[in-house]
Amino acid sequence: MRLRPIAGIVLRQFYLLRGSPTRVLPLFAWVAIDIVLWGFITRYLNAVSGSHIDFVPQLLGAVLLWDFFTRIMQGVTTAFLEDIWSRNFLNLFATPLRISEYVSGLVATSVITSALGLIVMLLLATLVFGLQFFQLGLALVPLLLVLFVFGIALGVLASAMVLRLGPASEWLVWPLPALLSPFAGVFYPLATLPGWMRAIGEALPAAYVFEGLRAAVAGQGLRVAPLGIGAVLAVAYLAVAALVFGRVFRHVVRSGLLARYSAESVS
Amino acid sequence: MPGAIGPRASAAAPDVVLSVEGLSRRYGEKPAVDGVSFAVRRREIVGLLGPNGAGKTTTINMILGVLEPSGGAIRIGAHDVARERSRALALANFAAVYAALPGNLTVAENLRYFGLIYGVRPLGARIEALLAQFELGRLRDTKCGLLSSGEQTRVALAKALLNRPQLLLLDEPTASLDPSAAQIIRTQIRQLASAADCGILWTSHNMYEVEAVCDRVLFLARGRILLEGDPRRLPAEHGVASLEELFIRLAREPLADP
Repeated sequence: MRLRPIAGIVLRQFYLLRGSPTRVLPLFAWVAIDIVLWGFITRYLNAVSGSHIDFVPQLLGAVLLWDFFTRIMQGVTTAFLEDIWSRNFLNLFATPLRISEYVSGLVATSVITSALGLIVMLLLATLVFGLQFFQLGLALVPLLLVLFVFGIALGVLASAMVLRLGPASEWLVWPLPALLSPFAGVFYPLATLPGWMRAIGEALPAAYVFEGLRAAVAGQGLRVAPLGIGAVLAVAYLAVAALVFGRVFRHVVRSGLLARYSAESVS
Repeated sequence: MPGAIGPRASAAAPDVVLSVEGLSRRYGEKPAVDGVSFAVRRREIVGLLGPNGAGKTTTINMILGVLEPSGGAIRIGAHDVARERSRALALANFAAVYAALPGNLTVAENLRYFGLIYGVRPLGARIEALLAQFELGRLRDTKCGLLSSGEQTRVALAKALLNRPQLLLLDEPTASLDPSAAQIIRTQIRQLASAADCGILWTSHNMYEVEAVCDRVLFLARGRILLEGDPRRLPAEHGVASLEELFIRLAREPLADP
């Protein structure tokens, strides 16, 4: 894998962000709104519950991690969709660019944009709502890492789906995180769910992250074994996503769909 | 019209930059390209002519690796496109009227973006040279989507030359240009073929242009090469007054086949 083509893919996204404030705003705006909304909900719950439970790390921490996951996934798909929106496939794939380099460029772009969103979320949650996220210490690293890998995997899979089904399938991409969230146990333990939903949840790496977060917040430390299962699942999803994207790319070259993506621009 | 196919360059010849052998592409039972073979040598401009739907763009898409052939082989330089896609495409580049560069990037940004993808070094100097060559200096910070058709064509050509390609594919490069701009582009490309030591495959519906630019032409209809030769001599050899008349005859003749 060569670095210069990957840098080219990342640079293109940087140019787009630099040239258009309307693209920069969503990196911060939605996550900020989420933190503010959930921040006040947790304050209210702390005030009315009268229990010793502090909802700030329970709920706000979960929102922060879920938004991070969503940003990672959407970072990959948005970078990919830019090439669809600008009808750039022919220009792009008639170059020496390898698929692995292209996907790596999308991932690198997503790392940068989602890191910006994470910083904004952490600042808001810490400064305004008193979330002491870093009290979790090193436990945060594996939690974020598993979500990061799973987010990348889902983003690559969603991109493969659009490549296979065509530009009109773009709308299927955006609700994917919302579709998964009830199963992932973002705000409640998996045990709350009925059997069939729990079975789906246990197949999602994110579910182990949020179980881990709740345990860490409750002072039970990092549960290594369940998080290990989440990590293995996340890596497996990533491997499957890379395989699927490669197969879909070969299919669209074989079937002529890739060439037709550009032909649509003149019709 | 008999199929007067001329001698082809051997794929082994050192000056052959593109070798196409028995290339075919089917959509279901319908052949879009049917057993096409030809070669392009260094410093040679080959015109790929034919009516709409003849298979020109399908052929170009297969050479560019964005469409898989149903059969046959394509080599760019010493590299097989199917087996060594990345190495083969590193030796080629293209400009097509239907493949505009991203309109939300400026001229300089587009050149830097594609320059990195092609691995061009030193990139800054190369971009400056191309901006000067195509008189794009004053437009360097203008978004490509805001450029006129002629300006967009010049940017597309600058991008197509970024990696100093051995093989340049130009799909109707002057289609959206006024006669003056088209003449300038033709002159530049003609000079390029000899100065940059590259081979060019050129499609156009403008027979005047083809006569002025191309060393050799291939007439394609129904996915097959019907005729090959020097565009300035072919009309007389086939008893017609002009290349355009020959084009019309060839374009209509296969359609009359049962």
